[in-house]
Amino acid sequence: MARIIGAITTSHIPAIANAMANKQEDSPYWKPFFDGYPPVRKWLNEKKPDVIVLFYNDHGLEFFIDKKPTFAIGVADQYHNSDEGWGIATIPPVTGESELSWHIANSLVDDGFDMTICQEMKVDHGLTVPLSLMWPGNDYGHVKVIPVCINCEQYPMPQPKRCYALGQAIGKAIESYDEDLTVAVFGTGGMSHQLDGEAAGTLNREFDLEYMDKLVTNPEELTRYSNLDLVKKGGAQTVELNMWIAMRGTLRGKVTQLHRNYHAPISNTGAGLLLLEHEMPEKS
Amino acid sequence: MSEYDSEQPIPGTYLFNGHMAKKGYGLNKMCFSFNEQSARDEFNQDPDAYCVKFGLTERQIKAIRERNIIALLKEGGSIYYVAKFAGLLKLNMQDIGAIQSGQSLDAFNAMLKKRGSGEG
Repeated sequence: MARIIGAITTSHIPAIANAMANKQEDSPYWKPFFDGYPPVRKWLNEKKPDVIVLFYNDHGLEFFIDKKPTFAIGVADQYHNSDEGWGIATIPPVTGESELSWHIANSLVDDGFDMTICQEMKVDHGLTVPLSLMWPGNDYGHVKVIPVCINCEQYPMPQPKRCYALGQAIGKAIESYDEDLTVAVFGTGGMSHQLDGEAAGTLNREFDLEYMDKLVTNPEELTRYSNLDLVKKGGAQTVELNMWIAMRGTLRGKVTQLHRNYHAPISNTGAGLLLLEHEMPEKS
Repeated sequence: MSEYDSEQPIPGTYLFNGHMAKKGYGLNKMCFSFNEQSARDEFNQDPDAYCVKFGLTERQIKAIRERNIIALLKEGGSIYYVAKFAGLLKLNMQDIGAIQSGQSLDAFNAMLKKRGSGEG
């Protein structure tokens, strides 16, 4: 059976890709952010998950508002990045896991999550920046990635409790897969930030830190937030925490925090990093 | 008030709902095209003509011409696509944050730093 061995939250903002391209990791501005990553990279290099299920939001590369899926899942063997319009370098192709992707898609729709199923899907910084961060030098070719895309742009967007339930359904789907694969789940984006409007620059450190605490110990409480609550607490794009709560839904039993870092601001955002493990099901 | 109303429930925040998505469709479609270098080049050669090609309203064209980010949001722009327009102008998120919140870049960055450290 396939098993989830752990989960990670990380920022995915484009400025990170630029900082890496310009070798600014040790600059005073970036160091407190990048210093958080070595323990997470070490865990990935030791545990060597076969598959990453990666929750992200597309920011207008693959999806336009002509047809905007609420939830989409990639089922391809490979995904490509492309020019997003403002100059971050494109990265090499990302390897997919088509068979497990289809299994998850089948299971999700049977469970009432009516996914948009994508055989071609350009992946933007929401997916690529976390991979570049975890495997410096874009050395991620060995790992297979299943993209799960959540609408964080256009209302109506799925509420936190629905995203959490989606995560639970994905966890169940993975456990019911026969092949012996190890899976790590990434929840990307966040935390508090607002890019648009006169209130641009909204950021809430206290809220972010509390959210990280509760994500580990009491995620159900976080599912009581509405999207509008998140916007009021942390700014318009704080709804990206829906990828975090979806990730948390895939975990079961007691969850242990192995590593944590928080730094703000990075660009306009609060950047939170968590490495989590959970009570894995017995190997069958 | 909810996020679905035409009236916006949170001051200084433009929630991109159905009203906005309909109003800003052409504008956002134009900015979505800026993913392609050829589109950026075509826009730069004759911005007004490029706006007309996507059926932008007079108010939207004026906001593009004046690089008025707030006006673009009010006219239905989604920040995801407006950000591509900002990128074409070589402006980053702090630049447009400062413009929108009506302060200098230094003041905007100082505000972020203060909030990020929990002091404000």
